[in-house]
Amino acid sequence: MSNWLEKHLPKIVLGPSFLAIILFVYGFIAWTAWISFTKSRLMPKYDIVGFIQYDRLFDSPRWDVAIDNLFIFGFLFILISMFLGLLIAIFLDQKIRIEGALRTIYLYPMALSLIVTGTAWKWILNPGLGLEAVVKSWGFTNFTFDWVINPDFAIYTVVIAGVWQASGFVMALFLAGLRSVDQEIIKAAQVDGVPTFKIYSAIIIPSMAPIFLSAFIVLAHLAIKSFDLVIALTGGGPGYATDLPATYMYTMAFSRGDIGQAASSAIIMMLVVFAVVVPYLYSELRNKNDQ
Amino acid sequence: MNSVNSTFKFKWGNHMFKKLVVAAVATSFTLTASVSYAGPKAEVLHWWTSGGEAKSVAVLQKEFSENGGSWTDMPVAGGGGDAAMTALRARVLSGNAPAAVQLKGPSIQEWYEEGALADISAVAKKNNWSKVLPASIAGHMKCEGKWCAAPVNVHRIDWIWANASVLSSNGFGMPKTWDEFNATARALQAKGIIPLAHGGQAWQDATVFEAVALGIGGANFFHDAFVKLDKKALQSDTMVKVFDQMRIMRGFVDKNFSGRDWNLATAMVMNGEAAFQIMGDWAKGEFLAAGKVPGKDFLCASTPGEGFLYNVDSFAMFKVKGSERQDGQKLLAKLIVGKNFQKVFNLNKGSIPARTDVSLNEFDHCAHVSAADMNASSVGGTLLPSYAHGMALRGAQAGAITDTVTAHFNSKMSSKDAVAMLVKAIDNSK
Repeated sequence: MSNWLEKHLPKIVLGPSFLAIILFVYGFIAWTAWISFTKSRLMPKYDIVGFIQYDRLFDSPRWDVAIDNLFIFGFLFILISMFLGLLIAIFLDQKIRIEGALRTIYLYPMALSLIVTGTAWKWILNPGLGLEAVVKSWGFTNFTFDWVINPDFAIYTVVIAGVWQASGFVMALFLAGLRSVDQEIIKAAQVDGVPTFKIYSAIIIPSMAPIFLSAFIVLAHLAIKSFDLVIALTGGGPGYATDLPATYMYTMAFSRGDIGQAASSAIIMMLVVFAVVVPYLYSELRNKNDQ
Repeated sequence: MNSVNSTFKFKWGNHMFKKLVVAAVATSFTLTASVSYAGPKAEVLHWWTSGGEAKSVAVLQKEFSENGGSWTDMPVAGGGGDAAMTALRARVLSGNAPAAVQLKGPSIQEWYEEGALADISAVAKKNNWSKVLPASIAGHMKCEGKWCAAPVNVHRIDWIWANASVLSSNGFGMPKTWDEFNATARALQAKGIIPLAHGGQAWQDATVFEAVALGIGGANFFHDAFVKLDKKALQSDTMVKVFDQMRIMRGFVDKNFSGRDWNLATAMVMNGEAAFQIMGDWAKGEFLAAGKVPGKDFLCASTPGEGFLYNVDSFAMFKVKGSERQDGQKLLAKLIVGKNFQKVFNLNKGSIPARTDVSLNEFDHCAHVSAADMNASSVGGTLLPSYAHGMALRGAQAGAITDTVTAHFNSKMSSKDAVAMLVKAIDNSK
């Protein structure tokens, strides 16, 4: 009896969560995919009619805006967060005083909810309340910074707020990476008289490749899932200029009673995530198999 | 709890757990079976949770319990009803719908098509609803000729609100035409007053848009374009003119309008920062709550042009099981359209009663204008459903129009491009 239990205990313990994941993650992905091939409106219907929802999706100018925004936001958000994160990490790595306090300060934005970040930046960026008004009150009356109400630039304000939130977290990742590089090699390089810049660019950063990959994966899925930041900062506006796929899906599913359309946009979002994550998983798994 | 755990751990293979489950299931069965008739009962799903609205619902709740009913309140706030609709979907899918749900316009018909609505024609007939309700509003409450919903109030959308002293001190009256509005607005703007208080949210853009469309195009045009979605009307030169006027209106809005809530825009009119606001009559509630007097501190008038755009709140009656729930539903329907509730509720909410035979003695000047205009336009055939507030079209189509309107208003798009985009978006939403 106890032998049997010992043998099967892991399976018994893992069983429920395994079943839950099968049903609630993969089961509902399959359900969403099914719905995306139907004409569901207010309530789900199950008669498959083909790619009609995808045709509608790619015909919709609002979806075009959402996808464009995803690429603008995703690209800039990941790039700037990584760059700033790395820069701050390198500066903090110079054995400075009160590093602990500075580290905490930079990391703190991550502790805030995106709703708070979005609301705070909404006020900072509001031309009549925030930055523009302050600079004008200093006497620079020609100063304008009205990106948040300009449909062509509003998406960049989302990037600003997103970067503010995430770069501290990226810094923490990179700092850990910098500390894990073998100090012997660095010392050897210093003895050889290699300049500090060269030490970083030729030795330390290349050896941190896995950290870059992890940071990229974390930031990429944050970017694709982004929803609350946009809702709090711009509400998708002006017009729908800052719509992202996630806000598009929410609007279709919950405001407009167009479940089929929402399902098809969800599936496209999932494919975008797959396009990012699958190569990563593939490389990870392959490495493990090689060892 | 502890004992159950230890049983589970040590007496593996024992049927203790099974017994417990069986016992629990059995108890729950006997419980449901032993309930007997306990008077009319109704569960009501709504999202009237803010100050004046909550007060209005409490009136109905009180009246319901005075008539022997027991009311289960199910307020779901958030997202302008989006959250409530999500809750409703879950309830209907699980076969346990609430008796009455705050629903309006074509979404009533949509739920009817899902087979979820009950027939309350008996109540309607007994209380003579078809006599006391305007025909076009009664039309929304019927599903294939049978009554399936009860109207609560009539909000008018095409209102223009103004700060009385700003207008009089500059020598202006309420504009009667859009040209007059533009001229007044330009003159005020030159004096440093914001002509139009507006919040840059899609639904507010749409609210202004439909008032402009009705004013410039007239009732027939509005009906063809936004009720029938007639391509000819949508592509017409009139529609181009409507977008032209929207472009002019964009110039009358201050710089910080993006994302502003409607009540903040109302406050701008209240304190004289801005002259006008175009908004439904819930704005009146804001003025009154701030202690302003209609006709003295603020002025109300219909936006330039003919017609009356209505937004009727109503309760749709869902199919429920059991005689006490069905009785509760019938009682509720009767009370909702009853004279007392229609009066008290609308005094709180700023709207006017849906039934035309309620005495308006206690109502203010703006409500009198609204009621008189509603009766006149009902006779004249210019009583029209608001598209921006979900009375004329289904969600997907109304959303497609709003997308275009807000994209045009917030960019430098030309009116011609906007019309082309409008036609395409509506095609895509079908």
